[in-house]
Amino acid sequence: MKRFVWERYWSVVKKEVIQIKRDRPSLAIALVMPLMMLFLFGYAVNTDVNDIKMVVWNQSPSAESRELIDQFVNTRVFEVIAQESGYKAIEAMLDDGSANVALVIPPDYTRKRDRNESAAIQLLIDGSDPNIARTALSNAQLIVQNRSIALQEKLLQKQGMGEIKPPMELNTRVLFNPNMESIVFNIPGLIGLIMQNVTMILTAFSLVREKERGTMEQLIVTPIRPLELMLGKITPYVGVGLFSFCLVLLVGTYWFGVPVKGSVPLLVSLSILFLMTTLILGIFISTVAKTQLQAMQIAFAFILPSVLLSGFMFPRDSMPYVIQWLGGFVPLTYFLAILRGIFLKGVDLASLWKDTLGMGIFCLFILIVAMLRFRKKIE
Amino acid sequence: MTVAIQCEQLTKRFGQRVAVNSLTLSVPKGSIYGFLGPNGSGKSTTIRMLCGLLTPTSGTGTVLGFDVMTQSEEIKQRIGYMSQKFSLYEDLTVEENLDFYAGVYQLTSSQRKQRKAELIEMAGLKGRDKQLAGSLSGGWKQRLALSCALLHNPELLILDEPTAGVDPVSRRIFWDVIHELAKQGITVLVTTHYMDEAQTCDWIGFIFFGNLLAQGTPQELIDGMEVGNLEDVFIELVKREEERLAKAGAGEGGVR
Repeated sequence: MKRFVWERYWSVVKKEVIQIKRDRPSLAIALVMPLMMLFLFGYAVNTDVNDIKMVVWNQSPSAESRELIDQFVNTRVFEVIAQESGYKAIEAMLDDGSANVALVIPPDYTRKRDRNESAAIQLLIDGSDPNIARTALSNAQLIVQNRSIALQEKLLQKQGMGEIKPPMELNTRVLFNPNMESIVFNIPGLIGLIMQNVTMILTAFSLVREKERGTMEQLIVTPIRPLELMLGKITPYVGVGLFSFCLVLLVGTYWFGVPVKGSVPLLVSLSILFLMTTLILGIFISTVAKTQLQAMQIAFAFILPSVLLSGFMFPRDSMPYVIQWLGGFVPLTYFLAILRGIFLKGVDLASLWKDTLGMGIFCLFILIVAMLRFRKKIE
Repeated sequence: MTVAIQCEQLTKRFGQRVAVNSLTLSVPKGSIYGFLGPNGSGKSTTIRMLCGLLTPTSGTGTVLGFDVMTQSEEIKQRIGYMSQKFSLYEDLTVEENLDFYAGVYQLTSSQRKQRKAELIEMAGLKGRDKQLAGSLSGGWKQRLALSCALLHNPELLILDEPTAGVDPVSRRIFWDVIHELAKQGITVLVTTHYMDEAQTCDWIGFIFFGNLLAQGTPQELIDGMEVGNLEDVFIELVKREEERLAKAGAGEGGVR
């Protein structure tokens, strides 16, 4: 009596397929929403820092000082938005956020430079966004350092020292994402995040809807087993989710220009495991919630931890151990590592087996919990 | 006489509230047992316990020889259940609903074909098999629900107010089917508020505030109460029980 009966499972699958087909608006949402979200958030989630707004107070106008400012602008990291005079004016601009940094060139700059004395310049940085501040600081230091060395070289050459060789040189090569564009890193993560939340809601409603409409009562007086019912409900949505996943994959690749470096079949097969995990998570929500509204609320409550704990926003390695551990309850955590690995690094299963196994275990765990939660009773 | 349903001291509490209070009843095989009682008296709760939808708080019960506490899955394979609220899929057609339940009850394709034809014929649903269940009117919906409950040839049919809000023609057809099924040896447990329907049952059980007050054939009850018809039995029983409760309540300070 306790065994899994394929026939019963298959009847549920057929029934769900008919219901999905009849409910066109929901199907359209399931397919179109991920696309729209990717378009929207693909542009929003951008952590690259370019064109930091800079206000300049040049108290020593000369070819020399203008050259220095040009060097700031030429890096494309800084953008001069205004020339002001007086600390009051530049501080006001930093205060209201119209400028992120202020470059102050003192009145004695040109004179000191002409005499080859050391000249001090000042950079005021709005540190409230550490990411911008850090970029501004390191770039400004680099610009001034490079200029100092160049000037020193020129001076030494004038004195007849000839070419000077730096005592040390660093050769760098950035792998996987050579231009260090954040979009390359973010698009795969975004695909995972969107797919998790869209698919989870699909099944989060399914059992609750039957409870609300009263069809569950008829269903539980039949000999159907919880596992047959749950898997039967999930199966058609794996198809829907996979179709939707392929759509966003195409958009990510061709629209945002983030190609898959690794094996696409591997990516697709692991995404099936991911979709199953999120759909089962949705079913689990369905066993907890009593109404569709509650199911919706639980699903929404799940979004923030997914963004913050999975490694989507912040690297998990720098999180406290307990928080890292909590992240293990978010399917996206495993899938992010897989997505980024296959997308950016082109690695194969040998490097991803840990995350694959982790996701598989989580999938099984949540399925068992959902089965224990789902009782064929109406209390 | 073999029994289809046998329960002893069956009790269901929801927190402090006693929904069914040590109910003892037996339903002989092949009979139609009418379960009467005012709204909220515990009829549906009793039926749900017998179907395995609710776990009894205490007491024992067997349905078709299986224990309601431990063997509810065995019971489910052998009974047909129809609730007072339409609980089939409104977004599926008549045929798709039948197909779904045929699959759930593991009918072979030849059985399925045969049973579907028989039941569509029986329920008079011919020509409506491609219609969405949600678009059927009340009477048709109930006949479809009955068809789904009968697909797997159950030995026991449990009907919870099957004819509530149904037109007289559909009611007549419905009861003709019930009597026909009983002739074939199927046991029927049915709740109703219509006394003309109750009159045609083999046995009647009367439940009020979770207590089974009277049990017998319709004629026995009418004779025993010395009233004219079953409707008077109903009203008389409710009146007596309310008086008794009022007296007991006055004596015990309102605590039952």
